Amino acid sequence: MSTITDPPAGSFRLSMLINDTRYRSYTFQFIALVLLIVAFAYLGLNLIANLQAAGLNISYQFLGEPAGYDINQTLIPYTSQSTHWQASLVGVLNTLLVALLGCLMATVIGVFVGVMRLSNNWLVRQLMSIYVEIFRNVPVLIWILIIMAIFIAVLPQPRDFRGEDAEASMVLGAFAFTGRGFYSPAPIFGPGSGVVVAVFLASIAGIFAFRNYAKKALYDRGQLIPTLWPSIAIFFIPVILAYFVMGRPITLDYPSLQGFNFQGGIFMRNSLIALWFALSIYTAAFIAENVRAGILAVSKGQTEAAASLGLRPRRIMNLVVLPQALRVIIPPLISQYLNLTKNSSLAIAVGYMDLTGTLGGITLNQTGRAIEAIFLLMLFYLAISLAISAIMNVYNNAVRLKER
Amino acid sequence: MKKIAILGAMTAAGLSAGVASAATLDDVKARGKLNCGVTTGLVGFAAPNANGEWEGFDVGVCRAVAAAVLGDPTAVEFVPTTGKTRFTALASGEIDLLARNTTWTFSRDVDLGFEFVGINYYDGQGFMVPKELGVSSAKELDGATVCIQTGTTTELNLADYFRKNNISYEPVPIETNAEAQPLYLEGACDVYTTDASGLAATRAAFENPGDHVVLPEIISKEPLGPLVRHGDNQWGDINRWVLNALIAAEELGVTSANVEELASAAGENPEVNRLLGTEGTLGEMLGLDADWAVRAIAAGGNYGELFEKNIGENTPIGLARGLNAQWTEGGLLYSPPFR
Amino acid sequence: MSDTHAQTVAFVRDTMLPEQPPPASEAGVIKWMRENLFKGWFNSLLTIVSLYFIYKIVSGAYPWFANGIWTTSSLAECREMLGGMTGACFSVLTERWNQLLFGFQYPSDAYWRPTLAFFGLILALVPVLYPKAARQLLIVTGLYPFVAYWLIWGGTLLIPLMVLAGLIAGYFAFKQFERQSFAMGLLAGAVATIVVIWAGGIIPASMPDVLALEAVQSRNLGGFMLNMILGTVCVSLSLPFGILLALGRQSSMPIIKWICVIFIEFIRGVPLITLLFVANVVLAYFFPPGSNIDLVLRVIIMITMFASAYIAEVIRGGLAALPRGQYEAADSLGLDYAQAMRLIILPQALKISIPGIVNVAVGLFKDTTLVSVISMFDLVGMIRGPILASTEWNGVYWELWGFAVFVFFIVCFSISKYSQWLERQLATDHR
Repeated sequence: MSTITDPPAGSFRLSMLINDTRYRSYTFQFIALVLLIVAFAYLGLNLIANLQAAGLNISYQFLGEPAGYDINQTLIPYTSQSTHWQASLVGVLNTLLVALLGCLMATVIGVFVGVMRLSNNWLVRQLMSIYVEIFRNVPVLIWILIIMAIFIAVLPQPRDFRGEDAEASMVLGAFAFTGRGFYSPAPIFGPGSGVVVAVFLASIAGIFAFRNYAKKALYDRGQLIPTLWPSIAIFFIPVILAYFVMGRPITLDYPSLQGFNFQGGIFMRNSLIALWFALSIYTAAFIAENVRAGILAVSKGQTEAAASLGLRPRRIMNLVVLPQALRVIIPPLISQYLNLTKNSSLAIAVGYMDLTGTLGGITLNQTGRAIEAIFLLMLFYLAISLAISAIMNVYNNAVRLKER
Repeated sequence: MKKIAILGAMTAAGLSAGVASAATLDDVKARGKLNCGVTTGLVGFAAPNANGEWEGFDVGVCRAVAAAVLGDPTAVEFVPTTGKTRFTALASGEIDLLARNTTWTFSRDVDLGFEFVGINYYDGQGFMVPKELGVSSAKELDGATVCIQTGTTTELNLADYFRKNNISYEPVPIETNAEAQPLYLEGACDVYTTDASGLAATRAAFENPGDHVVLPEIISKEPLGPLVRHGDNQWGDINRWVLNALIAAEELGVTSANVEELASAAGENPEVNRLLGTEGTLGEMLGLDADWAVRAIAAGGNYGELFEKNIGENTPIGLARGLNAQWTEGGLLYSPPFR
Repeated sequence: MSDTHAQTVAFVRDTMLPEQPPPASEAGVIKWMRENLFKGWFNSLLTIVSLYFIYKIVSGAYPWFANGIWTTSSLAECREMLGGMTGACFSVLTERWNQLLFGFQYPSDAYWRPTLAFFGLILALVPVLYPKAARQLLIVTGLYPFVAYWLIWGGTLLIPLMVLAGLIAGYFAFKQFERQSFAMGLLAGAVATIVVIWAGGIIPASMPDVLALEAVQSRNLGGFMLNMILGTVCVSLSLPFGILLALGRQSSMPIIKWICVIFIEFIRGVPLITLLFVANVVLAYFFPPGSNIDLVLRVIIMITMFASAYIAEVIRGGLAALPRGQYEAADSLGLDYAQAMRLIILPQALKISIPGIVNVAVGLFKDTTLVSVISMFDLVGMIRGPILASTEWNGVYWELWGFAVFVFFIVCFSISKYSQWLERQLATDHR
């Protein structure tokens, strides 16, 4: 304060604080700072007064207490005796799971639709733009609820599978599509299955090595080695050999109807699927527009130049257009991923137990610690956002056109 | 320096506001309306009817308090709250009274800083299943998918019960009763669990209530009661004794039909006289006038009348008095004496 | 010789043949189909798959629409009338249209008020949306918020009039002091506004029945009306805040810049739903004890904060896209910061940002459905809550969700089409 109210030596007048551009910015910043502090102090004092009046305090001890409730989808061991902190972790993992699945599927659909919107086929173009317009212009919450309604009202419930003349039956005897979710066989890893898995991983590494080798051969010696069939061979043959050599260690656990529900196999709950599909098709509509804009942003001269070099259309796409288009596509794509992750908090509308459902839902309700729970909730999403932004910045720096 | 002065002024303002807000009675009188927190809609307890007017058992408590304090049973602003928002709404002063089938528990009373003013319904958590499943006991529910209304003590009781009996289940958390209903009806859940009174109310709204049964197990104690903020003892007393007045009125045979007559002159029963203000100064002690209980009873009737009108056996909800009968008839309702 | 030749060789033509139509495969529909539908086996396959897909949808949806029943009063009755046929029970829409549009607690004899406000909104938007519309209409736009407030919430007209008077007084005070400096003008304007509103506040308080409509509580608003109100109010409020935040973020003053950066990044980093939770369960703790700010207002505050951050980012893009020369030209004319911004920079930057702003607005309008998660009864909340849970309409999914999709699609699609149109209109540069 003293630095401003004490006039420095020389011809400083107070009015210069407002009229002289040299000092004015200090005045404004000082005023802004004071206003900010006053605003925070005001809110803080209100908070303290309110908490005092209600006899409450701010405390995070509830995180260490037993949660007391069960969660249906847990990726880490969890029982109702685990702490609220563990419940939150379960929620975090569920959020990340649906976000990851959603991003993958949204990218696949989005790229497909985006490319198809540029197809030569008029009908396909129209269908794709109808898809994009419908899904972009209707709230994602409505899509989530509609897909959930399909589960509730259209798909058969487990009880329809029961009895001699059941209304519904399993697909291929292995998959069950019920209103409570999808059941599919789960692999059971017997003794010796580690070898098979190791061989599988090794063959994937092998494919990459082979492709690199082929590329190097092409660039260094101009020798064109076919990659497709060898890749497929590397992918399948060693694994199948290993599987039989080890005496078929991996078996499948088929779901079967026992009691109220199907038991065994992999179970994907209706809430997870509704959320996953809805987020994917909604975000895919935006991604499709980004992809289309990215491809259109590559000037036609590039395609023509590539064509005049004698490249075939597929190679033009892969070697000339896509690398340039990706530079345009990736940044908005990543911000779509970010949106999808944030939208996954709508899980609460269908009862998917993500972080909003555990920490921001049941934990909040049970402990009544609203301020603490919501603060932690925001902190988590903020951390994810900042992490994704950081990734985006790194990428942007990496692909920035090196200007000369 | 200026900053400090502002802060000081605001601290003072904040503190004085804090003191001012402590007298809820004065706030309510100044406002001319009672802000009463209720559910977002549970037929029989609190739900808006076709004309948008709230009615139900909990609503009756709100109206009785409004009648006692403000003299007008319609001077109530009903604030719909969910399991998540109800406590904040009360703690922050958005509502003066929470009458939303809230279970009286230790932590809510002590840790959350609320004051339960009594129990207006003795409830317990139950299970509802479709008849066609052929389930007759909750112990047969191994592996079932259970719809739970969250934000209540329900999920904790359920987890405890199933763990104790070593049964597995698949919980499906649902925010409101309205959202749970289609899930249960279409078979996405095998079981719906919440307070037995809530189950009865929900079942009453089904197209074919007879297709569903409420299992005999009651797995928890759920004393439901209205609550107010901790610390304002006068306001707490008013609400406690309005509720007691409704209960005592039934015990003493005071109904909405005869309350005016009984209150017109002191009668033979001194307790009735004290209750209705024809003898003694109970109203004055509460900071109200002598007729407070008369108005509260006249608003919707005594406890028994409220019960019969909203959730009793002649309504679609069809709840028996059970534990909620007067102590003289084997129930738990027992009002402290008015003296 | 030549004569004989001319007579003997009769096939030399001396008139032009009339133009032949091109071969059937190279003209008209067939050519178009060959090029657009059946070019190569892959394209043909795609076409056939698409046609099959369209056929499946149409054949599934047509009887559903055609057999639709509009006049029953419950689902059971409707199913009975259909007698097992595929068909929609649109009667849920005809029976509950008022709840879907206005919520279940808005007084039904006052439906004309929000309806009038809605058409007023269109009228008020005309001069904003069509640059060529008569400028005088802007007066309508200026008056609209006050009238709309009066229409929707009711109460006496004097309250919005008082606020309007305050703003007018503020404007004159601003004009008076603007000469001195822009900041002084703003300060004077704000003081004048507050003084007039505060002093004039006694008038409506003393005459609560002058030109009064039946007052409606905020919590009684619902249905699609609530989505419209939240969308319109929050977008309009967030524009000025967004501009300020964008300017602040571009500012050379580090403290102001960092305040804006932190605010924007924080808001953009968290999902709207957590902000709504804040509005729902936390915000009340930050108001003075005993104050009672209703939920709709708290939600408006949070959504406005949310939208401001996004709009600020869009406008920042517009500011950054302006050539440096514009800033320098303004400086060289001797304009101060406020003048340069108002007269040179912002008009251009805002013009560039319009498509982005419209995108944010559409996104925000869609996001207003999230309030159903915090148990407010907007269109989605009405469907999920009171209607689907009612005894009569338990199980009517497609009609209701179809209606919701239809309504939102119409509004959002027309806004985005408008934005594309405007973008073309505003493209004054020559490419």
